[in-house]
Amino acid sequence: MTIKEKSEAIVEEFAIFDDWMDKYAHLIELGKELPIIDEKYKDESHLISGCQSRVWLHADYVNDNVVYTADSDAVITKGIISLLIRVMSDANPSEIYSSDFTFIDDIGLSTHLSPTRANGLVSMVKQMKLYAKALYLRAEK
Amino acid sequence: MGFKINSIRNDFPVLSTKVNGKQLVYLDNGATTHKPMQVIDRISNYYMTENSNVHRASYNLSHIATDLFENSRKFIANFINAASYREIIFTKGTTESVNLVASGFSDIITEGDEIIITVMEHHSNFVPWQQLCKKNKATLRFLSVLKDGTIDLSELLAMINSKTKLISITHISNVLGTINPVKKISEIAHNNGVPVFVDGAQAIAHANVDVSEIDCDFYCFSGHKAYGPMGIGVLYGKEEWLNRLSPYQYGGEMISSVNFKSTTFNELPYKFEAGTPNVAGALGLERSLRYIQDIGLDNIFKYEDDLLQYATKKFENIKGVMIIGNAKSKIPVISLNIEGLHPYDIGILLDQMGIAIRTGNHCAQPLMEALELPGTLRVSMALYNTKEEIDLFADALMKAIDMLT
Repeated sequence: MTIKEKSEAIVEEFAIFDDWMDKYAHLIELGKELPIIDEKYKDESHLISGCQSRVWLHADYVNDNVVYTADSDAVITKGIISLLIRVMSDANPSEIYSSDFTFIDDIGLSTHLSPTRANGLVSMVKQMKLYAKALYLRAEK
Repeated sequence: MGFKINSIRNDFPVLSTKVNGKQLVYLDNGATTHKPMQVIDRISNYYMTENSNVHRASYNLSHIATDLFENSRKFIANFINAASYREIIFTKGTTESVNLVASGFSDIITEGDEIIITVMEHHSNFVPWQQLCKKNKATLRFLSVLKDGTIDLSELLAMINSKTKLISITHISNVLGTINPVKKISEIAHNNGVPVFVDGAQAIAHANVDVSEIDCDFYCFSGHKAYGPMGIGVLYGKEEWLNRLSPYQYGGEMISSVNFKSTTFNELPYKFEAGTPNVAGALGLERSLRYIQDIGLDNIFKYEDDLLQYATKKFENIKGVMIIGNAKSKIPVISLNIEGLHPYDIGILLDQMGIAIRTGNHCAQPLMEALELPGTLRVSMALYNTKEEIDLFADALMKAIDMLT
């Protein structure tokens, strides 16, 4: 599936829930299921700045694709990360770098987050794109 | 006038707002309080019928505005029991008040000097002193916070020495709700010839503020945490101290005369009020303080303490909830830590349920570091909150905990 197709699937998945509390309950379940990052990457250098809760992000380059793992000390944040990983992980760097990740807006999540939290989300996407670019450039060499 | 909660709530239009389709339960009064119609009307009336620049023009409308503005100053001087209106400087708020004094002290603090603050300070009463010490090669020392959220005066006694040039302390902690013994601290400081600055941001609406009784050298607060407008605050300073400090900003009413070579500055309080002041803000602040005076400070404190006791008991009985800060003397501020859960997660779910509280470090990162917490959930109440709202909060909190575990 392309990033676009994966994004659309997530929007549909969330459209099932009418009530925002149910959408959050779903996000919490996803957060609890998120595969945890390797402990050795949970250090200062893998922390994303600009988030209210702590978020660690790591990226690997496997068969020309970027594979992300991440963790957070807040479970709703983990739920959001798990969505980002589902969409962005295992895709090739140029697709990651050229995609807009508007599915978060399309779910309606960003308007339900406070501005500082929405900024945290922007930082996360930005960091994931930067990893993709860096890995791609390194592989090119 | 007694304490009539329904009529008080009717004075505050915001309280009938809906959030996410649910009735707003506002418990973030430590950040800012809402404004009663009396204050909103006072500001509107000023702009509709009395607006003019103060202290300058010779026409009648300007005289009226000047009189109103100066009367607000006199009212506030009286409200906090200052010796004179000359000791009341209008500022933008608490943060500017601290910065004004820190700027003045940059001429006084020299290499090797020490300033004492506490670990529980808000960043606004922390960073200005930290930066001053950095600039002047002085040392900033920190009084620790005990497990119950109080400070130990014997630690202060041991810390003061001949190099101590200032003690700056919050009257009331914005995270823990602790009321600090500022009168006793002033006494200890003065016995050692050290001046005292008190940050009263959390105190002005919830505790007795009598600067003559406290005997502090400086005291400051913001209007917006006391049902008044944003963008207005007060710095109180003893005249002898304010006279020693250089102006903070230049231009406007703070000037007495100017020639091509030099400028003489105006006398107190105008020396510290550069530019056109926030006249509407000052009148709004006066009106908000009159509002709480009319209800009766003692009536308010009694009502708020009742809320605090009720909420404390209620929260203690929720599984996994720990109250951070258990001082005997507290205002209705309760910080909570939920075992195994991040305050961020709880905050976001409470917001969905129409409950406004603060989550995070509350602009007191050093305190969070000392307490080894990622942050807390803070419930901060005010005179318009009710036990029903505490119940709604407690139910929502239990629901959020249930969803997250």
